[in-house]
Amino acid sequence: MTARVCVKSLVPPGHVRTPTYLRGKVGTIERALGAFPNPEDLAYGQPASAKHLLRVRFRMVDIWGAAAENPDDTLDAEIYEHWLEPITQDTGDAP
Amino acid sequence: MPHDHHDHLSPSGHPYRADNDTALSYWQVMEIAVRELLIDKGVTTANDVAAQIDAMDTRSPANGAQVVARAWSDPDFHTALMADASAATRDMGFDIGPLKLIAVENTDTVHNMIVCTLCSCYPRNLLGLPPDWYKSRAYRSRTVREPRSVLAEFGVALPNDMTVSVHDSTADMRYIVIPKRPEGTENLTENELAALVTRDSMIGTGVARSPNAKQPLP
Repeated sequence: MTARVCVKSLVPPGHVRTPTYLRGKVGTIERALGAFPNPEDLAYGQPASAKHLLRVRFRMVDIWGAAAENPDDTLDAEIYEHWLEPITQDTGDAP
Repeated sequence: MPHDHHDHLSPSGHPYRADNDTALSYWQVMEIAVRELLIDKGVTTANDVAAQIDAMDTRSPANGAQVVARAWSDPDFHTALMADASAATRDMGFDIGPLKLIAVENTDTVHNMIVCTLCSCYPRNLLGLPPDWYKSRAYRSRTVREPRSVLAEFGVALPNDMTVSVHDSTADMRYIVIPKRPEGTENLTENELAALVTRDSMIGTGVARSPNAKQPLP
């Protein structure tokens, strides 16, 4: 079973590496990449705690809706754990 | 007269590049100050700095082409590359520094394509500097939204039953596409195979050359 996650719809100030076009979108964990210093702290020379980084795979239709060129094309992006929330309930729209 | 270019076009038809006579920016001043301090304090030398620039300029897509050719020819290397591309390329002898590399492989059903929407992340420590268009807003914004249209403009037409898999390098990983091995290359050596691997085929905006195709005009 593949873990489904939703990217949090946050709009924090400062340097973040979660693209706006993926916020609020639902995908599945493709692989875990290990822990890395949080770039949101590193960008300002602050001590950075290690955060788990995950590769999340999205279906294009789940990002762009009807505007997707091909609904089943995919997009993978690296997202830090604190930007993700697990989706525990089956929402019924899984492929 | 060479300096009388009132039409601002060179004989080749390109505009002359303006002299950079403007004042240094804040960050240019910062870079020079930090570099001079590091040299003054003996942390590094001007020669070291020049050598690093030279090392980066020496890296080229030919490095990646050798990696791809070996992956096509050596099943054990292929397995190692797909499991840990950084370790596998280091084992080949490439000095990739701290690069964390993931190899993604094209198949009969999947075509991979690399982009960095946030800036210009690229596996520089293996392939050298990225092409200018890779850093353009058009490539960065369109590739995640309409990859098939972008691919078509690069001359790559894919059937709808193939999956396009776009990889946005948003954080710490860098990516290299392992293009499909062209037909009719069973008897080629690793070096001959490497000659078929283009830079664009490792970004995913192209495919490997066919051994029968005419070489592009210089």
